[in-house]
Amino acid sequence: MLPELFFYYNATVITVLSALVVTRSNPVHSIMLMLVMFFHIAALYLFLNAEFLAAIQIIVYAGAILVLFLFVVLLLNLKKELVTQIFIVRWPLGLVAMAGLLVLMFAGIKSFTLGPTGDFTIEKIAGETHTAAIGTVLFTEYIVPFEVASLVLLIAIIGAIVLAKKQIKT
Amino acid sequence: MVELQWYLYLSAAVFTIGVFGFLTRRNIIFMFISIELMLNGVNISLVSFSHYLQDPRGQILAFFVITVAAAEAAIGLAIIISVFRNKETVYVDEMTETKG
Repeated sequence: MLPELFFYYNATVITVLSALVVTRSNPVHSIMLMLVMFFHIAALYLFLNAEFLAAIQIIVYAGAILVLFLFVVLLLNLKKELVTQIFIVRWPLGLVAMAGLLVLMFAGIKSFTLGPTGDFTIEKIAGETHTAAIGTVLFTEYIVPFEVASLVLLIAIIGAIVLAKKQIKT
Repeated sequence: MVELQWYLYLSAAVFTIGVFGFLTRRNIIFMFISIELMLNGVNISLVSFSHYLQDPRGQILAFFVITVAAAEAAIGLAIIISVFRNKETVYVDEMTETKG
């Protein structure tokens, strides 16, 4: 009973907060609501025995990406957003597209059945700790994608500096 | 025990709310926030698949999704800053130089 209650609480909060995030007119309010949402998603990851991902979710999403968003919002001074039209003129069309996608996905999920299970059981995670178990797979089977990810981050660092720096008049 | 289907319903709901925000908001910063919502919705389903199939690969993929989201946020916000510096606007319907 308690696990279901925990899941339903988290699911309700995540859905309501994500609906609020896309409809607020003040970007700072939206980002703060998103912070609460990320903490609830991290709680769901803990519930699914993914401690490493819960920590990464809080460190990277709440600690880095949202702070970056907040910096940009404060840098741009968006006073106009509070008084202007926040949606495009044809926003009901977006609602129709969303409803169609939702119905399609729910119809697909209903007929979903689970395939054969692997060997990443709870006992194995408890035996060698979650971070070690994930790290073993990441650094053996997925070492090439891991190195490519480091390259992607390097390009992101250089690209962000090049794009955001002031143009020097020659 | 919570059924896997409920996680997938939650993931689909978060993803479609992100799609709605991306399609309808005028402010480019909110469009980026909606993209983050969509990525989070996908991550929920990846981690729940990983748990219910007892396979670590779903969590590895979620890890890479978070990496790409960080890179995308850095590049995208740099683009927003440089557009705002040149155009003094963050509204996508006022950025019409390329006639797209």
